[in-house]
Amino acid sequence: MGVFFYITAAIAVFSTAMVVTRFNIMHALLYLIVSLLSVAVIFYLYGAPYMASLEIIVYAGAIMVLIIFFVMMLNLGPESTRLEKQWLKPGMWMVPALFCVILLGELVYLIAQNHTPVTGIKEVPPKAVGRSLFGPYILAVELSAMLLMAGIVGAYHLGRQQPKTLHRFLQSKPS
Amino acid sequence: MTLAGILFVLGLISMLIRRNMIFMLLSVEIMLNAAGLAFIVASSHWAQPDGQVMFMFILSMAAAEVSVGLALILQLYHQLKSLDSDEASRMKG
Repeated sequence: MGVFFYITAAIAVFSTAMVVTRFNIMHALLYLIVSLLSVAVIFYLYGAPYMASLEIIVYAGAIMVLIIFFVMMLNLGPESTRLEKQWLKPGMWMVPALFCVILLGELVYLIAQNHTPVTGIKEVPPKAVGRSLFGPYILAVELSAMLLMAGIVGAYHLGRQQPKTLHRFLQSKPS
Repeated sequence: MTLAGILFVLGLISMLIRRNMIFMLLSVEIMLNAAGLAFIVASSHWAQPDGQVMFMFILSMAAAEVSVGLALILQLYHQLKSLDSDEASRMKG
């Protein structure tokens, strides 16, 4: 079990370092997705399979899609398609794809192996998490619901395109 | 635990050295992720469900933070036509 942890940890650290050192936002996002997937595999190793699936769905699914759409929205135009062609050289996506294949192989092997957690680690079932979440932590659940609501309202308010209003003394300026 | 520390430090370094705002947002994501990893590992070390509960809260907070942050970056980009965070520090009013 230790070998798997070290392989996954090496992938996580390497891909995070690649995120930090890339100059291109799309390449950085690819490596960040690989890093999140490897962290999810580590969650699975530590006996939290529900958290691993949640990490993949929310982080690697929702948040990354949000950022990718945002990046696509920012640079439009004919020169960006030329750049796109230049970015999608096979050398760029080969390494993240290789890492993803390694992670998938590990996960399939672990599931087929009837996985037992690392020694000294006691698995916490999702049932206990749910009981704790809606027992003592019910106030925090309500607070996080309010936080998400505030996030929605704030994003809508900030993302609106306000019409530019100039002062009447400034309106004669050439625009 | 050491892995969580390494990831957190990488995110912090990225936050400090990069001046592109999207990269700064990504490094905040890396740091939150490292904190969540530390919570999960601690939760399974002491066999308590509290760490996983905290990870769920971190997850929802990261989602809200990313949406608001991206909307802010969008507004700044429309105002300044660049993603450099040094440009925003000179903005008055």
